Amino acid sequence: MHLKKLSLVNFKNYEHAELNFSTGFNCFVGDNGGGKTNLLDAIYHLSFCKSFINPIDSQNIKHNTDFYIIQGNFELNEKKEQIHCGFKKGKKKQFQRNKKEYSRLADHIGLLPVVLVSPEDTMLIQEGSDLRRKFIDTIIAQFDRVYLDKLISYNRIISQRNALLKKFAEARSFDKDAIDVWDEQLVELGMVIHEKRVAFLHSFTPIFKKHFEFISQGKEEVSLEYRSQLAGENFKDVLAEAMAKDRIVQYSTAGIHRDDLICTLDEYPIKKLGSQGQRKSFVIALKLAQYDFLKSEKGYRPLLLLDDIFDKLDPSRVVQLMELVNGSDFGQIFITHTHEERLTAVLEGIDDVKIFQVGGGMVKDYSAKSITDDAT
Amino acid sequence: MNFSSKLLEDAVNEFARLPGVGKRSALRLVLHLLRQEEAQAVSLGESLIKMRKELSYCKSCFNISDTDICEICSDSSRDQNLICVVEDIRDVMAIENTQQFKGVYHVLGGIISPMNGIGPDDLNIDSLISKVNQGEINEVILALNTTLEGDTTNFFLFKKLKDANVEITTIARGIAVGDELEYVDDVTLGRCMINRTPYETVLAR
Ligand SMILES: [Zn+2]
Repeated sequence: MHLKKLSLVNFKNYEHAELNFSTGFNCFVGDNGGGKTNLLDAIYHLSFCKSFINPIDSQNIKHNTDFYIIQGNFELNEKKEQIHCGFKKGKKKQFQRNKKEYSRLADHIGLLPVVLVSPEDTMLIQEGSDLRRKFIDTIIAQFDRVYLDKLISYNRIISQRNALLKKFAEARSFDKDAIDVWDEQLVELGMVIHEKRVAFLHSFTPIFKKHFEFISQGKEEVSLEYRSQLAGENFKDVLAEAMAKDRIVQYSTAGIHRDDLICTLDEYPIKKLGSQGQRKSFVIALKLAQYDFLKSEKGYRPLLLLDDIFDKLDPSRVVQLMELVNGSDFGQIFITHTHEERLTAVLEGIDDVKIFQVGGGMVKDYSAKSITDDAT
Repeated sequence: MNFSSKLLEDAVNEFARLPGVGKRSALRLVLHLLRQEEAQAVSLGESLIKMRKELSYCKSCFNISDTDICEICSDSSRDQNLICVVEDIRDVMAIENTQQFKGVYHVLGGIISPMNGIGPDDLNIDSLISKVNQGEINEVILALNTTLEGDTTNFFLFKKLKDANVEITTIARGIAVGDELEYVDDVTLGRCMINRTPYETVLAR
């Protein structure tokens, strides 16, 4: 799978831009604030139906205009896929595949998988458990359509249930029938989601370990431990046990929305003990494992977006990472970088490279190294 | 907004309280009424007062009605023992438009949604249960929206009615007429595969 052409109108700092890509490496070079990451964001948008920087669509419109358009021409299994995303202030977002409007955005998730590696990734191990659940959910949702539907329903029920608990507390009353009707659905959904998460981590963890070993050259032992109140328990019992507490605190304290992923290094939580370098290696290994996993589940290669990671990683890790991404395992890659010379040094000896000069909402394609023609 | 007249201001403020109407549109509407014949504005006001004061709900199905028992409930040619449960009058109107249903309705007046402050006690549920418990009803058709809250309300009603001697069904959900299969979302298509219908029943229509 690869992206052949990207067109933008009024998206973020771009009034108009058209880019024809190489099937290998595509590099966006330029100063910070010039719009490099916005190009990655546009590609991400075509995969996930939303921005990874700012999920509020109206704030992604260029100043003094009232709409934006992102369009991508992909090639997937030798078939052309045209994805069109249009948003106008005050209107519902349009999302089309080959000129056919999706009735639900969720139906698009997973068609064109993308893996993003960015400097913010260390938040994954440092911040709250919601980011780690989102990491897991994003991967599973891309190959299991039912999972995303169940998760959306589950979260909606939790909101309804919390509202009900509040209402009980305010009215100093309790209606068993009224809460049972939510709980019975919650149990069914929660059990399925839990099972799918267990199965996912069972096959994901070895892939992650392999990548970490390669990046860190086998110096440390890492692991991922999936922690859930549902482990070895019946969700119905767990929920019943938590009821008294739920009524006091007025929100739902039991369920898969409290799951966490404990990241350990030599058996200690990396959150507390890992060095900065170890943490960076850890999250890059997580992302590369995500890539590998999706590739084997989908049967084709996701797009890899590398945002600013060469600036932030130390040189020895960069060399190893490039060795890795230059192997036959990876398909199309998009990289942002501030220093052109340093980037050229890193890309030494790699074919199929296209370099785009980015700044002030303008993109110049000036590389002669490209082997793809721009006839498209 | 600064008004030169308190009467004008009051009228604008009342209009602006309607859903989807801002101050500017409210002013436009009020000025329009002012330019019309006086009788027209009076007739609008009177019909609103009459509607709000005299309009009532059918004592049997809770649909909006001018009489104690609505036209549908008092129509002897309709099957009074076949009840279709709907959220509000808009659904009654939609189903009536199809001319395919010859039973009667039961209007819940909403669906269960604690986030919107609506619980089972706020809906016309008890009256449905006692209607069914009288034993005359043959079938209850659950025809609520296919949202999570609609499904939850269906489930709640099912739990309340399942021990009564009555058949409980729900309207078919599936592929819109004229849709191509390849564009139907996975969840809907999956449900359609599970809930197949005998071909003969399709022929009958
Ligand atoms: Zn009636």
